Amino acid sequence: MIPRPDPSQETLVLNMGPQHPSTHGVLRVVLRLDGEYVLEAHPVIGYGHRMHELMGEVRTSSGFYANVGRMDYGGALSFGHGHVLAVEKLAGIEVPPRAEYIRVITTEMNRIASHLLWFGAFLLDLGAFTPILYSFDDREFILDLLEHVTGARLTFSYHRIGGVARDLDDKFIEGTRVFLRRMRERLDVYDKLVTGNVIFRKRAEGVGVIDKDTVLKYGATGPVARGSGLAYDIRRVEPYSVYPDLEFEIPTATEGDSFARYRVRLAEIEQCLRIVEQALDRLPDGPVQAKVPKKVKLGPGDAYQAVEAARGELDYYLVGDGSDVPYRMKIRPPSFSNLSLLGEVCQGVLLSDLVTIMGSLDLVIPEIDR
Amino acid sequence: MSNALPPDLIRLVVSLAVVVGFAFANAAVLVLVERKVCGHIQRRPGPFEVGPHGLLQTAIDGLKLMGKQILVPDNADTKLFRLAPILSFVPPIAALIVVPFAKVLQVRDLDIGVLFILSLAAVNVLAILVAGWSSANKYSLFGAIRAVAQNVAYEIPLLLSLLVVVMWVGSFRMSDIVAAQDGFWFVFTPMGFVAFLIYFVTGLAETNRAPFDLPEAESELTAGFHTEYAGMGFGLFFLGEYTNMLLMAAIATTCFLGGWNGPWFLAVSGTGVVATLIQLCWFLVKVYGIILVMVWIRWTFPRVRFDQLLNFCWKVLIPISMANLVATAVVAKLVPLG
Amino acid sequence: MIRYFQEIFSGLWSLLVGMRLTARMAVAPTITTHYPFDTLEITPNFRGHIDLVINPKTARDKCIVCMMCQRACPSGCISLKGEKPEGAKKKVLTEYHLDFTKCSLCGNCVETCPVNALEYSRDYQLAGFSRHEFHFDLVDRFRQRAREQGLDPKVGDLTPPPPKPPKPAATETAPDASGSTDG
Repeated sequence: MIPRPDPSQETLVLNMGPQHPSTHGVLRVVLRLDGEYVLEAHPVIGYGHRMHELMGEVRTSSGFYANVGRMDYGGALSFGHGHVLAVEKLAGIEVPPRAEYIRVITTEMNRIASHLLWFGAFLLDLGAFTPILYSFDDREFILDLLEHVTGARLTFSYHRIGGVARDLDDKFIEGTRVFLRRMRERLDVYDKLVTGNVIFRKRAEGVGVIDKDTVLKYGATGPVARGSGLAYDIRRVEPYSVYPDLEFEIPTATEGDSFARYRVRLAEIEQCLRIVEQALDRLPDGPVQAKVPKKVKLGPGDAYQAVEAARGELDYYLVGDGSDVPYRMKIRPPSFSNLSLLGEVCQGVLLSDLVTIMGSLDLVIPEIDR
Repeated sequence: MSNALPPDLIRLVVSLAVVVGFAFANAAVLVLVERKVCGHIQRRPGPFEVGPHGLLQTAIDGLKLMGKQILVPDNADTKLFRLAPILSFVPPIAALIVVPFAKVLQVRDLDIGVLFILSLAAVNVLAILVAGWSSANKYSLFGAIRAVAQNVAYEIPLLLSLLVVVMWVGSFRMSDIVAAQDGFWFVFTPMGFVAFLIYFVTGLAETNRAPFDLPEAESELTAGFHTEYAGMGFGLFFLGEYTNMLLMAAIATTCFLGGWNGPWFLAVSGTGVVATLIQLCWFLVKVYGIILVMVWIRWTFPRVRFDQLLNFCWKVLIPISMANLVATAVVAKLVPLG
Repeated sequence: MIRYFQEIFSGLWSLLVGMRLTARMAVAPTITTHYPFDTLEITPNFRGHIDLVINPKTARDKCIVCMMCQRACPSGCISLKGEKPEGAKKKVLTEYHLDFTKCSLCGNCVETCPVNALEYSRDYQLAGFSRHEFHFDLVDRFRQRAREQGLDPKVGDLTPPPPKPPKPAATETAPDASGSTDG
């Protein structure tokens, strides 16, 4: 229930959003406050609803593909990866190994970019203005590389059914190797400026503790679950693409507070660097696009594909009836579940902590609203 | 030439005009400095297009603010709403009249100089309270409540740290405090150093500067107490904030850094024009040095939380400044100054 | 008691570490570009809106009016018309409209074109005062771009190379693009 003003209680109902600096888009959170203490927090979603799932049911798969990047502007390639994998599964298309490696390299680079965006935005929520510009400096490096290979900076539209749109060239590969070295040095800057900072530690440690049960109850995934000690990563538990061939760790933390989620994401950046490095070393030769019929016939039957997006588990469920337009498309975005636990976690915290917790969940609202 | 106007009155009016002009010029410079320092810390040049290296940016921004419509929200208490920016802007300017910029550059050398400044600086919290209350906006109200709790709590260590100096000198008069530091600045004594640190931290909190900018806490309260202000109403708050910063830095300079005294080997204590200019330069260098550090801090750290802010005040700053005061009392008894 | 002071000092130290870092950053050179005066080199792979490919030899477009791009477009933002001059074998493009307000830059039209008659524009400074400015007439743009390259544009020219003077030809109108929304 959305909290309503109640004259019989000495409480205040505060409508935070849909236009508020720290709701990251058009999220609205209705709060019942006692002084600065939050008694109830009720997220209201749907301001950015664009019927993406329905569009998936009226457009061909290649036509719909441009939409998926619009759902998560931070990690568009993970969303694209999931979509093409699901379609390929349903249509029975074999993807050349080089294309799969390229998909993994670009997706992991995109994941780093997404975490860097989160890093800056989270610190902005805590009132530090400078870290976002440092992280955007690194993010620009990634976006320039990805723009060079995909042609766009945010909504890449890079995957094709049965492959990718353009092969990697030497400029991208060299640039990525430069980036790998640079990013490892830059992580030290982040540590000095933010991780060790006493004000940041006091703001993040012990704030917004999410225990394992809550995570399981709400189906939270990604760094939110891993920050609470659940080593749940789709790349490990339901391996897809070429991830089984690559060596990487699933960073976890047990505290479940905002600082744990922060550490998990920074550790994930390091793991992404490892994955990209290995994938570049192993990049096989060959075509990047399989032979695909003009009309990609889906089914009849259904296909389910889970991938690990930057924010957690992303699922596509497709039902095909033999035509080139899916009969049903269901998308399970990670942020929706991660947001749902806000109400439970935010009982009795301060208003400032609510902002911290929301920031640490790394919400992308268009992905929730779809 | 008739003697109708007493020369003292003329002097007062001229000095007041100069002080007000200085306050405006200071705000204009500081806005630019803040944006430039912020820019360079963030690896970008800051304002760059208006004038050479963006030097005229503030003038343009001031014009823009003046050209804007002054909006008053429907449910606002109009009179209080209009009063608040003036309340925030006038007291720090008034307090500037006791600040000794050089040996002879002081409008009024009151014998309660320090107290006069502190009492006027305390009006700032009233301005924020009035602004937040009269806006009829929940975010503004939160900002106002935070400001009151914060400023009242931080005034205690502020006074205690200044009391160290007052106790040492035995006078509230600004000129006495400066004279006592001729060649021997209080910041170089252990007690003085601790008091200076405490004063600096509380000064940040009193002027609502980051990391203690809770009353306006952008990411939590949108813009806090000045959410509803537009145009020059907001501009006056801005002016007030920067004048307050100047005032805080001026007190720190006077009480801890030797005022207009240069370092030992460069000290000039005359009253001539050249000596006055040199003294003024020393004073401004110290003041703007302190302000630069305040700006530097703002663009480095995240914001503290409200309860942590008060905890820090009551559990760290007040006990330490109390102990410092007692230590000073003991030492001052044993080693009388002058 | 020792812990109390330890906490204060370690906290203070962490703040100083951060301040040293920002001070070093402040004296480091800036990394931004003064945008309207300097611009970055744009990658050749940049995917802007579509444009018609200019054949530098004939100053004509390559379009054969097969309507593949129009069919491939998921947002329905392409509409084109062609005419078949009397006696000619191929159709000649006369109108090509791109409703850029609906375009999601997916690139399906370029990839589906059998004769590679479409290319990505590298024009990224797209700002306007009204949405009507984003209904591009690509034939018009073709003429402009060809003139910039010093060519005499022959797009939509119904006099084909054969010497026979053309007679009024039957117009084939493309069905209007159905409006569909895009996020």
